[in-house]
Amino acid sequence: MDILTLFVVVPVLTAIALLFTKDLKQARMTTMIGMLIEFGMAINLIFAYFKERAVNTDIMVFRQDMMWFESFNIHYAIGVDGISVLMIVLTATVVLAGVFISWMIDDMPKEFFITLVILAAGVYGFFISLDLFTMFVFYEIAVIPMYLLIGIWGSGPREYAAMKLTLMLMGASALLLVGILGIYYNSTADGGALTFNILEISQVNIPFEAQKLFFPLTFIGFAVIGALFPFHTWSPDGHASAPTAVSMLHAGVLMKLGGYGIFRVAMYLLPEGTNYWSTFFIVLSVIGVIYGALAAIKQTDLKYINAYSSVSHLGMVIFALLMLNKTAWTGAILQSLSHGFMTALFFALIGMIYGRTHTRDATKMGGMLKVIPFISLIYVVAGLASLGLPGMSGFVAEMNIFAGAFQHTDTFHRVMSILVVSAIVVTAVYILRVVGMMLMGPVTNEEYHSLKDATWFERVGIYMLLIPVVGIGVAPLWLSNMILDSIKPFIEGVL
Amino acid sequence: MTNFLLMRNEIILLVLILAMLILEVTTKPQHKKGLINVAIGLFLLHTILGFFPNEAGELFGGSFRTNGLIHFFKNVLNVGVLIILLQSADWLRDKVAVYNKIPEFFMLLFSSLLGMNYMISSGDFLMFYIGLELSTLPLVALVAYNSFSEKATEAAIKLILSAALASAVSLFGISMLYATGGSIFFEEIATNLQTSNLAILGMVFFFSGVAFKISLAPFHFWTADVYEGAPIGITSYLSVISKGAAVFVLMSILFTVLPALTEVWKNVVYVVAIATMFVGNLFALRQQNMKRFLAYSSIAQAGFMLMGIINAEELGIATVVFFLLVYVFSNLGAFGVVQAISSETGKENMDDYTGLYRTNPKLALTLLLALFSLAGIPPLAGFFGKFFLYAAAASKGYYLLVFLAVVNVTISLYYYLLPVRAMFLRKSEDAIPYFKNKVMMRAGLVLAVAGILVLGLYSPLYNYIVELSAGIL
Repeated sequence: MDILTLFVVVPVLTAIALLFTKDLKQARMTTMIGMLIEFGMAINLIFAYFKERAVNTDIMVFRQDMMWFESFNIHYAIGVDGISVLMIVLTATVVLAGVFISWMIDDMPKEFFITLVILAAGVYGFFISLDLFTMFVFYEIAVIPMYLLIGIWGSGPREYAAMKLTLMLMGASALLLVGILGIYYNSTADGGALTFNILEISQVNIPFEAQKLFFPLTFIGFAVIGALFPFHTWSPDGHASAPTAVSMLHAGVLMKLGGYGIFRVAMYLLPEGTNYWSTFFIVLSVIGVIYGALAAIKQTDLKYINAYSSVSHLGMVIFALLMLNKTAWTGAILQSLSHGFMTALFFALIGMIYGRTHTRDATKMGGMLKVIPFISLIYVVAGLASLGLPGMSGFVAEMNIFAGAFQHTDTFHRVMSILVVSAIVVTAVYILRVVGMMLMGPVTNEEYHSLKDATWFERVGIYMLLIPVVGIGVAPLWLSNMILDSIKPFIEGVL
Repeated sequence: MTNFLLMRNEIILLVLILAMLILEVTTKPQHKKGLINVAIGLFLLHTILGFFPNEAGELFGGSFRTNGLIHFFKNVLNVGVLIILLQSADWLRDKVAVYNKIPEFFMLLFSSLLGMNYMISSGDFLMFYIGLELSTLPLVALVAYNSFSEKATEAAIKLILSAALASAVSLFGISMLYATGGSIFFEEIATNLQTSNLAILGMVFFFSGVAFKISLAPFHFWTADVYEGAPIGITSYLSVISKGAAVFVLMSILFTVLPALTEVWKNVVYVVAIATMFVGNLFALRQQNMKRFLAYSSIAQAGFMLMGIINAEELGIATVVFFLLVYVFSNLGAFGVVQAISSETGKENMDDYTGLYRTNPKLALTLLLALFSLAGIPPLAGFFGKFFLYAAAASKGYYLLVFLAVVNVTISLYYYLLPVRAMFLRKSEDAIPYFKNKVMMRAGLVLAVAGILVLGLYSPLYNYIVELSAGIL
């Protein structure tokens, strides 16, 4: 079996193995082994990719193509470029960290891990797909387990949050479906056969009228999961109610499906539609960036702060993609990665704090640095990465985005870019405010003195996420080269 | 020499009916329970025999015709009925045997199925009408099978009144088509028929009559009450077999008999499809009784089936037949669980399902899969069925219809998640306690689940249907 299909097969096998486990210990060991294999494969994939890239200059490498439904010309077509490889690594890391963070899950552990790995299988499948149909199938497989994960193991208004999230994301995928069919039936525009294959469609000049119609459907279809304003409302509720590992996975990985799909499908296949609609969506994304940041200031619940912060950060990804140049796109991918690791780390830490203090209200806590120094320290580091401190991943990403954005010299783009840059200041406000309120100062509650710092499995999870956050910040060059290589054919397709 | 083996399926079914009649007379009352197993065994044999290929051809000067696709669809109906019988065995044993009404049940059910077979094999309107009536009348008796229940009696009366009205309406339409086409034979009508107001009127009346049977909006009013009143096995028969056969027949008549009116009936189908999806889905939102819930859900599903019909080409045939196949398994999975719980505890409300996963995980999981398949979530079979229907509609440029359909899918997802929420998300002190299903019921559920899991992913099946539908038009 080829090395990409294994990424889907291993989680499925893990899920099947989990069916035969009896208790929490067996379930978590099984999941951990499965996800460790997956993680190892992801690391191996980076090296294999570089090796292959040296001799192979195709857009996508490790390609496999199998006919699935002949009459519709649906294939199981897979392949990766540098961006998908990085996304797979991100997924593998966050999932494995999520398993460690869920080490002590007590309610129906077997079912929890099964649902979690099925979700992971969907995400992997999405990132390797080159066929729109296959991609869509995996997308929905990745979304629907969220309902059970939030609904069963969540907290607070979990039923409401789960239902809202599922309906909004599935509604978005419904739009996406119309868009995909529209692209499919226009893939004959140059006289070729109907096809779902992304690389083949990219060679076709789809008529402008069709691009105009189907671009917004496809774009919004992906942008909802990328939390574009005003379709972001599922995200704060969903994150707040989800159990820790699910928040991590959702903010860290699932929301990246949005940006990935936007540039891989919507923009790449419908370039004229992109140009036609870009102004409109740039405005929306800028509103999202600023609105998310301002909303985060007003929140006191840690998870809500992070959820709105994600809206702001991912708005920046969509903004960068719409800037349509190499620098901004590199920034967008870097931001996706950086936000993925950093947010997952944040949600993991919030989960640990909540598990100890049983509150997520930042105003009720104080002096955490004195009682749980390790967790608090990492929280500060994650916060600094989030506000874009040089040396951390966030800085590299945002630097690229702004550099790309300022390459546009017209008034509209300038104004929008300045607005986005100004959001960084707001980010600093809400991050530092929480750090000051919750971590510094006197210990507000006597009981906090008896709190224990992170356990070994929590530390493993934390380090797994912390290393990439710092790593990307310190040595970004090889990454941005890898991304730049892969972006080239795409950006040339769009321009 | 006329090859009566073309009617193999019908002949065997007739033999089964007669065998039940003889067994009814010769079996001692205390042994009648054993007839359940005998009948199901015989029907299993019939189903297996059906898988042997049959030739294409005509009988009675073209009144009866069969081809690969028709034969395939008869097999689909057989498998569906087999699952229904397996799922109903417990109910028959526990509730019906007391009144000594076992053989009649099978006779009536098989007669109705025989009618369906003739209906989908019909080559002229006479055979069509005989098949239609033969399939409906036994059903009325079956709906009222629990004759001590007021609801069942009411349901039966509602069914027979609307069925009578429906066949009157479609007969009226057929007479107009006869007037303009000059024949009752499908092939001759197809060549003779010209677009005229009378022909269009005839088509509309015919369509309305069949629409009653499929319960398309606005002809759906009988559905929920009848589904609720009837025994669950019969409800699933109505919603799966009866509806499936009617959709198949409507499609083949629209495609092969009325191609002259294609542009007209496309508009009718377009409007009715949208109305049916919205009515079914919006009414399903607030249902508490699981049977009514599934009734409205199956109304909405019929709206989706029309999306394949609107394609008016071979692609449409293949997608509709594939969707029907998938729908049989998905819906029977859902009805099977409702049946199992109802015959064990008598509970039929959604609230009763609260906390079911913690007490009866397998049943809850089966219902989850069935509902997700109905909602069209990959990788379950329902997703592929729906996607192909969208593709069929979109290939003719009906993007607005596809858009409205996917809006409906999102609405439907809400109510399909309600039982899931009750079963998985909520806990209950008085959840239905653990019980073990009998072998037959388990076999029925396992068959349905296997279909839900495999049919979509296994592409050769769809390719086979595509092959069968090629050259039909």
